[in-house]
Amino acid sequence: MIRILAAFFIALALPAQAELNIKEVTSPGGITAWLVEDHNIPFTALEIRFRGGTSLDAPDQRGAVNLMTALIEEGADDMDSRAFAEARDSLAAEFSFDSGGDSISVSARFLTENRDQAIALLREALVNPRFDQDAVDRVREQVLSILRSNAKDPDTITGTTFDQLAFGDHPYGFPGEGTVETVTTLTRADILAAHKGALARDRIYFSAAGDITEAELGPLLDRLLGDLPATGAPLPPRADWLLPPGQTVVDFPTPQATVRFGHVGIPRDDDDFFAAFILNEVMGGGRFTARLMSEVREKRGLTYGIGSYLVSMDQSEMLLGQFAASNDKVAEAIDVLRAEWTRIATQGITAEELETTKTYLTGSYPLRFDGNGPIARILVGMQMQGLPIDYAVTRNDKIEAVTLEDAKRVAARIFLPEALHFVVVGQPTGL
Amino acid sequence: MPLINGRKTGLGFGRRSGLCAALAFACVLALAEKVTAETVTTFTLDNGLDVVVIEDHRAPVAVQMIWYRVGAADEPAGQSGIAHFLEHLMFKGTEKIAPNQFSATVEAQGGDDNAFTSWDYTAYFQRIAADRLDLVMEMEADRMRNLVLTEDDVLTERQVILEERAQRTETSPGALLSEQMRAAQYLNHPYAIPIIGWRHEMEDLSREDALAYYQRFYAPNNAILVVAGDVTPDEVRALAEKHYGPLEPSTGIAQRDRPQEPPQLAERRITLADERVSEPYVIRTHLAPERDPGNQSEAAALTVLAELLGGNGQTSVLARALQFDSQTAVYASAFYSGASIDDATFGLIVVPSPGVSLETAEAELDRVIADFLRDGPDPAALERIRTQVRAGDIYARDNVQSLARRYGEALSIGLTIDDIESWDDALFAVTEADILAAAEKVFDRRNAVTGWLTRPEAAPDTFAAPEGETSE
Repeated sequence: MIRILAAFFIALALPAQAELNIKEVTSPGGITAWLVEDHNIPFTALEIRFRGGTSLDAPDQRGAVNLMTALIEEGADDMDSRAFAEARDSLAAEFSFDSGGDSISVSARFLTENRDQAIALLREALVNPRFDQDAVDRVREQVLSILRSNAKDPDTITGTTFDQLAFGDHPYGFPGEGTVETVTTLTRADILAAHKGALARDRIYFSAAGDITEAELGPLLDRLLGDLPATGAPLPPRADWLLPPGQTVVDFPTPQATVRFGHVGIPRDDDDFFAAFILNEVMGGGRFTARLMSEVREKRGLTYGIGSYLVSMDQSEMLLGQFAASNDKVAEAIDVLRAEWTRIATQGITAEELETTKTYLTGSYPLRFDGNGPIARILVGMQMQGLPIDYAVTRNDKIEAVTLEDAKRVAARIFLPEALHFVVVGQPTGL
Repeated sequence: MPLINGRKTGLGFGRRSGLCAALAFACVLALAEKVTAETVTTFTLDNGLDVVVIEDHRAPVAVQMIWYRVGAADEPAGQSGIAHFLEHLMFKGTEKIAPNQFSATVEAQGGDDNAFTSWDYTAYFQRIAADRLDLVMEMEADRMRNLVLTEDDVLTERQVILEERAQRTETSPGALLSEQMRAAQYLNHPYAIPIIGWRHEMEDLSREDALAYYQRFYAPNNAILVVAGDVTPDEVRALAEKHYGPLEPSTGIAQRDRPQEPPQLAERRITLADERVSEPYVIRTHLAPERDPGNQSEAAALTVLAELLGGNGQTSVLARALQFDSQTAVYASAFYSGASIDDATFGLIVVPSPGVSLETAEAELDRVIADFLRDGPDPAALERIRTQVRAGDIYARDNVQSLARRYGEALSIGLTIDDIESWDDALFAVTEADILAAAEKVFDRRNAVTGWLTRPEAAPDTFAAPEGETSE
């Protein structure tokens, strides 16, 4: 029997006249999903998130969630790794499983013609994975190989050094893949425990887009996820920011140094978030008109690319940036960057920068919703951030509401030149 | 076909991990390329500009791409990197567009833009609300013939491409090995030269070099315009006539007859030792046929062969034999793309398990290939690939920008609309016998370059763990 508990429609009149009907669907078993129906192409895209991710790892089991996630597709029910892959490919279904600091993500797409079989197969992977010892050992070797490569990869060294200095013993201070020491000692029992703790019904976010109706989606949710445990492992505590101002140089034999810099950021639900978002776009957005690209690359040719990012994690916030520059140019690039940080903090941005950035952000937003896959990803992201179902309609108004005064005030609040820390991996001169 | 993607770097942040990302050798094959023909319209303007319109009315978005039939393999000798350098300089300005205002103007409309360069083509694109197509077409047509470059622009941007080379190639031992292997793979063809350029030649690239190349090759009769998204053919035709129609064709466009490969008589072997290497590996490329207009069957067989050998981490021949059965490798795969004008390459890679030497890994690879040539493909595996090809047609329709890319790429290397639309059928028609025949032909060691990526012999087994020095 199909029973839809709640299904309400919101017609989003996006600025460029796109209409997006997002429905909230609750299954008989109480699992909620957001759905955009589009019957033009006979397939469906699903995005599932389980809050927690690699931050759930215990200190002596770093990497357990990552290894567990990598093993989900290595056999389920009575199928070993190969049989599972063959079954999936015979349906031309596509599943991917990934772990991040705050969540495990599952992405799937499958044809309408064999939807029930694809869902049944995905269900076995999520609910009933085998975690055979030989698979654990084989995939562990792959993870170890990656960890050894990462130890000699300047980009990864930069990131892990920064995280370690910023977050210390909090899970955010460690790579999600774990360390060679911890991964080496993980047992099958650890993987089973990680699965039980991470994939639970109390932390599911779900979206679907494509050729499926709300009447079909409701029962599908229960079939797919209804047999997972009701509750999972406790989420990690708030992460304290431990990084003092200064710089850390990691010697690495390479002609070009990689730099990550940053300091504390701003929470996603802060009243000043939209002003901060615009300010960061002006400073270090991925566009050529951004101040950092203009000053460091276009005017001086010191780097191929530079950007800054407001990073909102569940238990912390950062304002980060990254670039690479030849060893003999890093010092100059850092000087330019510090000067830009001070300039924006003391002077804010110009009226013209505010206007053009608003136009860009409001104009580009509706362009993101251009396919079942992208729509499903955006919808699940909105849910994880706790945004309302009508967010897509109100988001541009919030951008428009930011005034030049707001921008100036918030610039002084979020850009902290005295707090900047630079992690430099390479053999820089003049630092 | 590999290419240098854009003048913007992808600086991604996030606390993500995952196997496929980190073992990101040529992981994915462009298996399913078929698209629904009824949404595609083509026509040619009087000045020679070819136009392709791909309709997708699900969202009010349009993508404009302009593809020039010129790339790094068409560069004058001694000016390696000029194709890609010019791609960067194309964003500098014209008489109408003030310096560095091209991207700014697109962004002010909520759009994004970028460009990329390969051996066979150079392409520029904007993604924007469909009702702003007029504006971006005017701008793209303007810079096709009216680029303005100052000496300052050129000198500063040259520093940028040198930094780009450092970031892409020189900090990565694997990228350096690939560059050396390519140079050895092609004895005579300019595919031997890296797209980014050799550093010593990049350092001398001048404003005059860039303008000479630009004036000769950037013209309507050497370009393909692809417009995809919420547009109609009539509307695109009217706008294209208005903006591109008045442009004069170039008289410098000739048949793209590059120097061809002589018979290759001896295998080449390369060892690159670098202290930054953590996981040594062995990689082999073979010279291989490419997709040709009206004749794609051998390329289709090689595409399916690569998929069978290395396409899937659980079921492919190499993964089964080396990762599961003998456990001599943590990763083994195969890669091939036939999307090129001249000879392509077919590649194999094995990352050995700890304690397994490159010599053993290579011997195992040889053994698996020999077994495959003896036993032939598994019919069930072939059938699964056919199923995925069919489904790929459906999934592909969800991403109109990548469809635009497929059309632009194929047309710019001389394939026809019919070749593009029959590619799926070509894949579907591949038989076990075709695969074996293609494999026997391509796995000729005289055509091969075998590369070993290793640590220097004297170096300690593991590089000292990085110790940070923190100062205030």
